[in-house]
This record gives sequence, C-alpha cells and structure tokens, in this order.
Amino acid sequence: MSSAVEQLEGLTAQEYKYGFVTDIDQETLPPGLTEDTVRFISAKKEEPEWLLDWRLKAFRQWQGMTEPTWPNVSYPKIDYQSISYYAAPKSADDKPKSLDEVDPELLATYEKLGIPLEERAVLAGVAVDAVFDSVSVATTFREKLADAGVIFMSISEAVREHPELVRKYLGSVVPPSDNFFAALNSAVFSDGSFVFIPKGVTCPMELSTYFRINAMNTGQFERTLIVAEDDSYVSYLEGCTAPMRDQNQLHAAVVELVALENARIKYSTVQNWYPGDKDGNGGIYNFVTKRGACRGKRSKISWTQVETGSAITWKYPSCILIGDGSVGEFYSVAVTNNHQQADTGTKMIHIGKDTTSTIVSKGISAGVSNNSYRGLVKIMPKAEGARNFSQCDSMLMGDRCGAHTFPYLEVRNKTAQVEHEATTSKIGEDQIFYLNQRGIETEDAVSMIVNGFCKEVFRELPMEFAVEAQKLLGVSLEGSVG
Amino acid sequence: MLQIRNLHVSIDGQKILRGIDLDVQPGTVHAVMGPNGSGKSTLASVLAGRDGYEIEEGSVTYNGQDLLDMDPEIRAREGVFLAFQYPVEVPGVTTMYFMREAVNAVRKHRGEEELSAGEFLKLARQKIGPLGMDADMLKRAINEGFSGGEKKRSEIFQMAMLEPKLAVLDETDSGLDIDALKIVADGVNSLRSADRSFVVITHYQRLLNYIVPDYVHVLSDGKIELSGDKTLALELESRGYGWINDDVVPQAVAGV
Ligand SMILES: Nc1ncnc2c1ncn2[C@@H]1O[C@H](COP(=O)(O)OP(=O)(O)OP(=O)(O)O)[C@@H](O)[C@H]1O
Ligand SMILES: [Mg+2]
Repeated sequence: MSSAVEQLEGLTAQEYKYGFVTDIDQETLPPGLTEDTVRFISAKKEEPEWLLDWRLKAFRQWQGMTEPTWPNVSYPKIDYQSISYYAAPKSADDKPKSLDEVDPELLATYEKLGIPLEERAVLAGVAVDAVFDSVSVATTFREKLADAGVIFMSISEAVREHPELVRKYLGSVVPPSDNFFAALNSAVFSDGSFVFIPKGVTCPMELSTYFRINAMNTGQFERTLIVAEDDSYVSYLEGCTAPMRDQNQLHAAVVELVALENARIKYSTVQNWYPGDKDGNGGIYNFVTKRGACRGKRSKISWTQVETGSAITWKYPSCILIGDGSVGEFYSVAVTNNHQQADTGTKMIHIGKDTTSTIVSKGISAGVSNNSYRGLVKIMPKAEGARNFSQCDSMLMGDRCGAHTFPYLEVRNKTAQVEHEATTSKIGEDQIFYLNQRGIETEDAVSMIVNGFCKEVFRELPMEFAVEAQKLLGVSLEGSVG
Repeated sequence: MLQIRNLHVSIDGQKILRGIDLDVQPGTVHAVMGPNGSGKSTLASVLAGRDGYEIEEGSVTYNGQDLLDMDPEIRAREGVFLAFQYPVEVPGVTTMYFMREAVNAVRKHRGEEELSAGEFLKLARQKIGPLGMDADMLKRAINEGFSGGEKKRSEIFQMAMLEPKLAVLDETDSGLDIDALKIVADGVNSLRSADRSFVVITHYQRLLNYIVPDYVHVLSDGKIELSGDKTLALELESRGYGWINDDVVPQAVAGV
C-alpha cells in the first residue's frame, strides 16, 4: 500500500508558480522598528496628526505586548528589529493618476500573476486595487464605481480624501490593542484598500485587492476597511502571492468590515503566499486579524477563504453579530503541504436576538504539515433564539501529516441552538482506485476527490474565482479542476 | 481475450490465490462461484490493478498485452471494467461529472473526439432509462446515500456508458430485489456481443437464470477447483461446495 501513499505525496509536492522577483527600483527603509519608523511611514504618506497619534499609541501598546503562544504552530523567535517596515517602488513616489502612468515593470508583474490591470482585460467585471509591497500602485474602474457612489481606493488615499470616514471606522472593529499583531499593524500599516458602499447601493462589480510582496526582508502590513451602509451590498476578493526566498517574511494584516442595517458584505480570500520549499525553508508567516461587525439589523457578513499558501497561517475571520437577525458565515478551505502549518478558524459572537451563524471548514493536510481548525461560538445572554451550525471536516493525505480540531463553545442563553459536526478522513485509496478503474488517472482522481470535499466552500466563491481557486488547489495538490 | 496462467497472489505475505488458470474467449460469459473468502474479489481486484497485492507467480495476458504491467486507468481505457462488490462513495463529485471525465478519458485513449456536455447528457439519458433509474441520479454525488440496489445499478450504468471489452461483475446481484435483478440482467444481456466478454462473480444460481453463462467455475481456497457448463451452477445450488474437494475427478478442465 505504501506506494500509493508515496505517489500521493509526490503529487502534492508541486512547484510554486509565482516565485519570481520583480527587478525594480525600490525605496526601502533599513531594518528596525522605533517611534521614528512609525513617524517616517506616517510622514511618507502625508498623514494628518490624528493618525500619527493613533499609530504612536498603538506602537507603545505593542511594546508592552507579547506574541500569542496558544496557536498550534511552532517557529523560531521573530526578531522584529531585523525586518524592514517600508518598501515601495520608486516609480510609485507620485502615485500615478491613471493606468497609463503605472510603471510598465509593475504592469508586467501583475500580468504575469494573471491579474491584468487593463480595464478591458480578462477580469472585465472586476475592479482591482494592486498593492505592491507597502503601497498601492493602481486601482482600476474608479470612475465607473464613483458613478455608483462607491468609494474604492487605497487606504492611504482614503485618509487624504475621506478622512472623516476613515477616522470614524478605523480601529472600530479591531482596536489596536486587540492582539500583538493587530497592534503592530496599527503602528506600521502601509497600505491596503478602503471600500465604502453608500446607503441603498449594490456595488456594480466585484472588488478585489491583489497583494504582492516583492522586496526582500520586508514585512507587509496592510490594512483593509470596508463599510457597507444600510441596504447595500458588496462582494470583495483578495489574492496574494510572494517570491520564493529562503528567509521567512512576515505578513501581519488587519481587515475590518462594518455592515449596517440590512447590508451584506461578502469577503473572499484566495491566499497563496509563498509556502516555503519542500524542506520547510522560507515562506510567509501569515498572521492576520480579520473581523466583521454586523451592526445593523438583518445585516450579513460572509467570509470565504481558500488558504493554500504561507509557511504559517494564523487567522480567524470573525463576525460580531450585534444587530438583531444578523447573519455570520465562515466557509474555509485550508490546505497544508510539506512543512506548512495552519491554525485557522473563526469566531462567531452572538449578541443580538435571532442571530445565526454557519461555519463550514475543510482542512486538507499533506506531506508533514499540520492543519488545525480553531473556532469559537459564543452566545451572549441577550441573544434570544440564536443559532449556530458548525461543520469541520479534515482530510489527510498520507500518514505523516496532522489534522486537529479545537472547537470552543460558550452558550449563555438557554434558547440558543448550537450544532457541531466534525469528521476526519484519509483520502481513500479506495476512492482513487475506483476512479482509476473508470479510466481517470491518479492526479485527476485526487483533484476530483479533494474538490468534491471542498465543494460547499467553493460554491460560495464568486464565479470568476471559483475556477481559479480550484486550479490553485490543483497546483497545491496537483491535478485539474473538479 | 484474457489468459490467466498459474496466477499466485498474496496479501501481506498471506497466500490468497494459489495458481489460477482461466481462458476467456471473446463473446463468452464466465460465471465464477465459490465460498466466502475463497479469493473471488481478490481475482477481480488483481485483474483491475488494485494496489497492495503481490503477484508471486504467473501471468495475465489481455488482448496480447501483459495486463499486470499496466496501470489501472490504462486497463480501464483498454476496456477492462470492474463492477465493484462494494462501490465507493465520493462526496461532492457528481456521477455526471465523474462519468463524463471517464467516458472522455476512454474516448481520448481510443483517439476519438471528446463528448460535449450536451452529447454526453444525451448518451447518459439513453443508457440510464432502461436501468429503471431517474436521470436525476446523475446529479447526486457518486454513490453517496445510494441504497444498496442503487449502487449496483449505478455500476451497470457506468458499464453501459464505458462499453468495456471485458467486464468483471463482482456480486452485482447481491442485495438486489427480484425486479432489480431482472433489470440488471437485462442491462448485461443487452451489452452481450461477439467481442465483449463477462466474468460474473456470484453466489446465486438465480442470477444465472437471467444471465446464462457459457462456463461456470468454482473457486475454492485460491484455486479453480471445478469448471463446467451452466448445469454446474444448478448442482452447486443443490449440493453446496462441500463435496468439491472430495470429488476425485474434476468434470472439466478450467476454461476453454
Ligand atoms: N487487504 C487484505 N488484507 C488481508 N487479507 C485480505 C485482504 N483482502 C482480502 N483478504 C483475504 O483474502 C481472502 C479472499 O478474500 P476475497 O475478498 O477475495 O474473497 P471472496 O471470494 O470475494 O469472498 P466473498 O464471497 O465473501 O466476497 C479472505 O480470506 C480475505 O480475508
Ligand atoms: Mg468478494
């Protein structure tokens, strides 16, 4: 039987396709983190006084905090003084006014990543904000969106153009003191996207941000803020890649979502940071805080994530269900291969009456990787009639990897209904043989089985990206679309 | 079409097949009977190429090629079909998608054009109707939540779609009610042709009233102990297997 396992593991050891480096003139801050670093970043972005103060306060809080040790991951101690906290292409110094002015080298980079920035190109129905290291280099379809009243721009621009909105919502869902990495991000965040959907507006197209780490030895600290006013709707997607390097690189992002009455936000992630090589050298440390607040009645926030990259993933996209009848959803596929480690899941905090949440988590482990689901469902005393359904399935490929489930449940209201289902299975040699016996080769069979396993999550992704995600899974685990 | 010579197979060092000889000519139906644990499914699995069996001795030739040297998917594309005794569930993968991939893999191998979604659906509807199954079944995940009988019928449906040259049916009749048994037998009979052969593994003579075999073999303790025509099945029905090893003279040599 061992030969089939070896075959599987061979198949799961695929090359990372996005590992190239763009050779471009960069302005990079020397490594090190002091108050001066924070002041430099803020000045570079010509930020108002209040934001600098906000950053400095976060920095001082961070200095008194310690890295969380509870995740089921292990890595050598990070020296925060050896990281550079700002890197930007020189050509982005004066932010280009239109796409024609964007450095061709950058356009070529995104082209290579499959994210053409021309508005008439493949992703014609999707507006893209392209973030390269610490800065946003282009945002497409701004005018079309502005016509609908939608604001979609980099957060640095938003600070300048819509300071009142940014000031009102920044840190209102994830306060700087929330955790070690959130505090660090608040102090040194460089860029990210800002989205504002006014009352009654259905955003006319998918919005997406594409994050690229290019510079060596640099951390990426992006900050995303999405606000959906009453009766509005937006679907937003983020993608990410990085070059292959022997050194680990830190990515500590914060994402905040605010949904007001009847608003719906659909947030999808296809995370494909460089996972490190097959011996576990290099790769991104992906330590991310994502949280959404359903503040209005019957509002809804839905997180969908396909996590295939990063050496270590630590993230728990969460929903705080404040408005009565609000809805939180979390659909996740996390794939770990080789030496990757993932500790991911969600928190659903039920505060309002008749709030409901759904959690569907699919973990796939291959190689000698470790994949943990960690989820909290908390029903507060006033959450009459709250309901939660959780389903956590793990699939093991080979017998040297690990899958773990840590569900936490806190119910403080007797009328609440909470359901949890969990399964762990090995990818069946029986299943593979069955498909082989019908003429389907092993690679395709594995892909089919894995995609079938993830189906409930994939069908939550926007159409354009569902295919992309299946392909990505195919590359991570080899195979074709399922 | 198929020649099995002195086939010895073990699993984890334990001998299961102890010298099987069997010849299957094009267009013939061979029934294989025998007590539980005698090695029938093992033989079927070895023919289909399942992993985990050690071939200690012997050979299997299929249309002039060394069958044991081929990967399982190549055997399938070359026309070897196994209807599983225990069909496997694959959650989230529809029977439709699965069969389309399979049919196209086989067609590609034969140098034929792949079927479009429309053409495939038409073919599928045509094949599924006579099996007394609703086309909605195609939208369900492979074998997931299927009743025992539905699983067996789905195997026959898949066989009809793939049009194999050599079909090995491993206890496809087990768990079928009498009406389903007739439907399955009709499905098999309608596929009988001069260039297609069947190896039908069964415990019940009843099936052989519907699928009338050219030969009946008794597999016992890893060997074909006895071969004969369809009357052998009737004899087994009345006498059981106990007498076989005591019998001095086998009625016939294995296969023809
Ligand atoms: N994977 C395995 N590991 C160990 N022993 C096995 C394995 N598969 C089959 N065997 C053994 O091989 C022998 C033959 O099994 P096989 O399934 O071929 O019998 P069979 O004739 O099909 O029986 P049945 O009529 O009950 O289906 C049995 O003793 C069985 O326990
Ligand atoms: Mg059997």
